[in-house]
Amino acid sequence: MSAAGVEIERVSFGYGRTRVLEDVSLSIAKGEFFAFLGPSGSGKTTLLRLVAGFGTPDSGRILIGGRDATKQPPWARNVGLVFQSYALWPHMTVAQNVAFGLERRRVGRAERDRRVKAALDLVGLWHLAERRPAQLSGGQQQRVAIARTLAIEPEVLLLDEPLSNLDAGLRAGVRTELVELQRRLGLTTILVTHDQEEANAAADRMAVLNEGRVLQVGAPAELYDRPVDRFVAGFLGTANLIEGVVEQGSFRAGALALPAPDAAPGRATLALRPQALALQRDGGGVPARVVRAEFLGGHVRYTLDLGEGIALTAEEPHLRGLAPIAPGTAIGLSLDAGQASLLRS
Amino acid sequence: MSATTIPTAAVTRPWKARLRLEASPVQVIAALLVAAFLLAFLIVPVGRVFAAAFAAPDGGFTLVHFGDFFRTSLFIESFWNSAYVAGMSVVVASLIAVPLAVILARYRFPGAALINTLGVLPLVMPPFVGAVAMQLVFGRNGSVNLLLMDWFDVRLSLMEGLNGVVFVQALHYFPFILMNLTASLSNIDVAMEEAGQNLGAKGFTLLRTIVLPLALPGYLAGASLVFVKVFDDLATPLLLNVTNMLAPQAYLRVTSVGLGDPMGYVISVILVLVSVAAMLLAALLLRGRDYATQQRGGGGLGRRSLSRGGMVLAWCFVIPVLLLVLAPHFGILMLSFATVWSFSPLPDGFTLAHYATVLRETPQFLTNTLIYCGVAGLIDVVIGVTIAWLVLRTRLPGRRLLDLAAMSALAVPGLVLGIGILRTYFDVQMPNGVSLATTGLMLTIVYAVRRLPYALRAATAALQQVHRSLEEAAENLGAGKTTTLLRIVVPLMVGGLAAAFVTSFATAAVELSATLVLAARDVDAPLSYGIYVFMQSPAGRGPGAALGVIAVVTVAICTFIAHRIAEGERRRRSRGHNEA
Repeated sequence: MSAAGVEIERVSFGYGRTRVLEDVSLSIAKGEFFAFLGPSGSGKTTLLRLVAGFGTPDSGRILIGGRDATKQPPWARNVGLVFQSYALWPHMTVAQNVAFGLERRRVGRAERDRRVKAALDLVGLWHLAERRPAQLSGGQQQRVAIARTLAIEPEVLLLDEPLSNLDAGLRAGVRTELVELQRRLGLTTILVTHDQEEANAAADRMAVLNEGRVLQVGAPAELYDRPVDRFVAGFLGTANLIEGVVEQGSFRAGALALPAPDAAPGRATLALRPQALALQRDGGGVPARVVRAEFLGGHVRYTLDLGEGIALTAEEPHLRGLAPIAPGTAIGLSLDAGQASLLRS
Repeated sequence: MSATTIPTAAVTRPWKARLRLEASPVQVIAALLVAAFLLAFLIVPVGRVFAAAFAAPDGGFTLVHFGDFFRTSLFIESFWNSAYVAGMSVVVASLIAVPLAVILARYRFPGAALINTLGVLPLVMPPFVGAVAMQLVFGRNGSVNLLLMDWFDVRLSLMEGLNGVVFVQALHYFPFILMNLTASLSNIDVAMEEAGQNLGAKGFTLLRTIVLPLALPGYLAGASLVFVKVFDDLATPLLLNVTNMLAPQAYLRVTSVGLGDPMGYVISVILVLVSVAAMLLAALLLRGRDYATQQRGGGGLGRRSLSRGGMVLAWCFVIPVLLLVLAPHFGILMLSFATVWSFSPLPDGFTLAHYATVLRETPQFLTNTLIYCGVAGLIDVVIGVTIAWLVLRTRLPGRRLLDLAAMSALAVPGLVLGIGILRTYFDVQMPNGVSLATTGLMLTIVYAVRRLPYALRAATAALQQVHRSLEEAAENLGAGKTTTLLRIVVPLMVGGLAAAFVTSFATAAVELSATLVLAARDVDAPLSYGIYVFMQSPAGRGPGAALGVIAVVTVAICTFIAHRIAEGERRRRSRGHNEA
């Protein structure tokens, strides 16, 4: 299979007056596992469909493998889309479903049979080739949908919420299988999801979208550690967002003060992950009062009051013998400036 | 058997206790009454038809009559003619309906409302009324041919012989294919089509490989219905003077040769067998193809814009079809107001005299229809609710058999039921010397039996939508089964039942096949019979058309009411869901 990179250049798209995508630019490298992550209505599925050719951008270009595909109809692109509903044709057998794309490409019969078997072997379902889709389980149907797409040896593989129709218990396993398959084939892959855990675990890099705009692009850990704005910080896990002021090279909010040598003076928001706050039972550091303690098994989540209207969430790993701190207790809090991110407003 | 694992209490429970648990006396009585009705007016009469077809003169079993049938060239010819007319009607109806359905379901077409209207217009016009009008418009000396002769010196023989029947039937029945196919097309998940495009299919290939196969179940359902209805129809060929088909042959045998002649029964049996075979074949082809329930995604097929050329093409198809469909309506309306209409494109003059004639001289046609069909509709609703309730809410043994027996009326052509009723009840004399088989009461019962399947399905659907917990709440507060049915269930079903009643009423009002066989005297006869009798003579065509217009308007109003009730019911239900 000849994988290709995808270039999305300043793409905008809308239905009538409703703007769905605004000036989206992304560069997806050949062989990369990329994710579009965002809440529903963020435009992530629309963007994926534009790459597949379902819809034409109002402005901007989409390049696949270096050639301009913006105006190409779906059937002329060699881009495989696995639908959220799988869209297996109920009037055809599994083998006929998989052979469909090859027939359209006028692949000879012998070669076609060989590739259908290869694709079904790849997902471990060759023994079900003569079944109808309705006779398969949800997980099997999804693997057939993937085999059907892989059989045409696409340049790019597009996955639209591939795990959303599976039972919760199956998801982690299928996700791992998908990633291993992608690594083995070296296939450029774009995954659309609203589940940050799914994107984190599968993708090499991802783009966070909201209201039709790309907010941030990067490796999952990079985005988690250094979110650029409130939305990204909040969408990728829990974050404490503290409103404050930057003056004389440091960020201040109430009793809190953290060095911020490079920040421009003025109002600012600071993001801190709950596990970056260290509770000092002996009272060192910034004084705080425990408002609520929730025991969650692996860790204990504390709601802390720092006075002047500042409330923070802190998480402490739980170990046997370590009793949760009772509400009302006064404690100290130590912060590591290296774990904090200053957000753009 | 794993008898050892069953608790002994269950094994030794006396049969009386078990029976008491399964059914209450009210249920048993209701079931017996319904069973008696079906037995007396459906199963025994049809059974008598079968018995007569296989009975030797000495009363034993014989196939000799069937041998006679297959040795008589007229019957063989009639059989193939009926098959040809039914098959060609499906073909012609498909030629009209398939493009309309594709336009309607797949494109944004400004005339969509027009197509929807097209799909209802023929249904409110009984085919035998349409047949006369079609002859006036398209016949040898009809308006169209007179104009064509004047202008181009050509003549179209659309209404000649068998093809005339095909033409009339196809124009009347194509909505069945249109409605089923449109529903099936719009139920296709848009992702099904997009997956095809994504893998390289477009245009006609996409239509052929993905869209049409997925819509096939709807098409087959509609097409088999059209085939059966046309194959069994008696009135349209009779009115067009085509007698070398099966149903007219059976009718002529029974009415002119007499009730003792076996050939009428043999033909009836063949009509039933062909109907059942066609339905079984369709069911067999449809098995495992209930695609609608196998698709996960939401949203129907995406409607796309038509290109300029496509738009022109679509209008060029829709307008002529509209004109064709309106032709019988237009023709019958003209005829009902015409002084003289012969050998001219339009009538010579206009008058209201025909309406006055039918209202003054034969008002009983209208009142009889209102009474017979009203009572038949009521019977249908009562029996329909009873069977639905027994099937869905009780554990009475044999309840499914009742449902099956009632539904089997679908496979019995009106003509055959009529012949069976004649055979069974002709010798039963009423006090005034009239045979029971030809009374208005019997017509009413026959209408009820014929329309029962539709009412039963409507009642079943309505009952399925009443949640079991609503009944349990009433039972919890002390109401018995019967009280619960009457006070809680029936009031909640009332919308669906009203629609079923109106539909039964409207379709019974234009039933002619059984009517022709049974009605003997004008005083007892309904509207449909009146139209038929008037249309037999040239002088009666005006009053016949006036009656026809009255029938069409009645059916149209009823259809509209049924539609409104169904709409209101759907809105009420969806509002209820939103609040919950």
